[in-house]
Amino acid sequence: MELFTNQILAGIATGAIYACMALAVVMIYQAIDHLNFAQGEMATFSTFIAWQLIQWGVPYWGAFLITLVFSFIGGILIERVLFKPLAKAPILTNVAGFIALFAIINSCSGLIWDFTIKQFPTPFGSSPFLGSQLISTHQAGMIGVTLILLLLLFFFFRFTRVGLAMRAAASLPESARLVGINTSWMIALGWGMATAIGSIAGMLIAPVVFLEPNMMLGVLIYGFAAAVLGGLTSPFGAVIGGFLVGIFENLAGTYIPNVGNELKLPIALALIITVLVVKPAGLFGRPIVKRV
Amino acid sequence: MTTMLNVRDLRAYYGQVQALHGLEFGLNEGSLTTLLGANGAGKTTTLRAICNMVRTTGSIEFEGAPLAGRSTENIVRLGIAHVPQGRGTFTTMTVEENLQLGSITRKDKAGIVSDIERMYDHFPVLKARHTQQAGTLSGGEQQMLAVARALMLRPRLMLLDEPSFGLAPLIVRDLFKILGKINREDKVTILVVEQNAQLALELADKAYVIETGRIVMSGSATEIANNEDVRKSYLGY
Repeated sequence: MELFTNQILAGIATGAIYACMALAVVMIYQAIDHLNFAQGEMATFSTFIAWQLIQWGVPYWGAFLITLVFSFIGGILIERVLFKPLAKAPILTNVAGFIALFAIINSCSGLIWDFTIKQFPTPFGSSPFLGSQLISTHQAGMIGVTLILLLLLFFFFRFTRVGLAMRAAASLPESARLVGINTSWMIALGWGMATAIGSIAGMLIAPVVFLEPNMMLGVLIYGFAAAVLGGLTSPFGAVIGGFLVGIFENLAGTYIPNVGNELKLPIALALIITVLVVKPAGLFGRPIVKRV
Repeated sequence: MTTMLNVRDLRAYYGQVQALHGLEFGLNEGSLTTLLGANGAGKTTTLRAICNMVRTTGSIEFEGAPLAGRSTENIVRLGIAHVPQGRGTFTTMTVEENLQLGSITRKDKAGIVSDIERMYDHFPVLKARHTQQAGTLSGGEQQMLAVARALMLRPRLMLLDEPSFGLAPLIVRDLFKILGKINREDKVTILVVEQNAQLALELADKAYVIETGRIVMSGSATEIANNEDVRKSYLGY
């Protein structure tokens, strides 16, 4: 029994990583109706920026803030330059764009900062949290940041004008234009916010998995799994999905024989496929129903 | 009376297909005008052309300013509210959020709050349902919501695309009564596209008849209602 609870705790700790990434995935999906395959690489690049700033002697929270602003603006720029012209193009063209972006950013990270792994500091320390060996203060801090982020997003979308306009633009672009909303800028804003959230995820994950250009590859797949499980239309669902994927991964690794570290990734993929087949809207997502 | 909207030689295209062939008409300030026509005549296209939602040539002037080259949202910001066919309700949001979206371009918070109350006076059913998801409303209620949402802009000109579509006759009468009241009391110029010609002609003071992308007849609503061709084709007697 103790093994079981311990594994659940450890699962929640790793789940926080996925939850954070899933939040970014859901943000972009809400804005553009696509999954951004380059999101992980964008987050990694942002994390490298933070690392570089810290190397130059900028204090942690200063670097954190500058990275946030840089990522926000960078996300908007990528949308304006690359994806705005593709807005009316078929899905496959967009997917090709995402893959190109993935390759470009991944190579740029490698070119600028090379492929050796780097230590990334944590602001929360890494001692055991409340005397538990399973969860460190960093992981507890990560869970806290994820939940605060979720709360902020909730208030933003529920109670601010821009949040309302963004939701309207995402759900019915034509109607949104007819009430005077500049939907094109709402999409750009969605990119900016998703990139900023991604950078937070990157900076929180880096102390756990070490910083290198391919750091987010596996994490993004788990992030996708979490977002799909929780429902791609629900930020709340994405976070819950993240924790569930973390728990599931840990339990499967412990109790199912032969599922070691090697088979953990297929588990995430199997989870994505299972959810898409059994409950395509996810646990908390809104099924799209159309009146005919 | 001054002309508020002036349309000259308007042509509209869907890809290679031309839908409007040199439309010419004007709307007087404060008037309630109806545009009649059969299916596919180009009524909806005309409204979409005014809001630059379809490729056009020709000129459209609103209060003396040309609309060409402006984006849909910028045209709306000039004070032109468009209630589209199918109502364009934000179905996943609450009734009140739909109303707030109607005023999203306005900055006067107090005015918005009092306008929402005014809409609830116009349409009491919306007040009763203000926290409900708009998608759960009936067709008639959604149409009321669409009109209320458009009014939240405090428009100078309101374009309505077949507001009677799919509604029970009694509800249509209610809705048209409210439209008349809005036109008179709030001084909103209204252009309403209708297939329900009889009701539209009762309400309007001016009418245009459109056939395959051309205006074929224009005059006061009474003149048009008494015209024999119109009676045969659109009123059915």
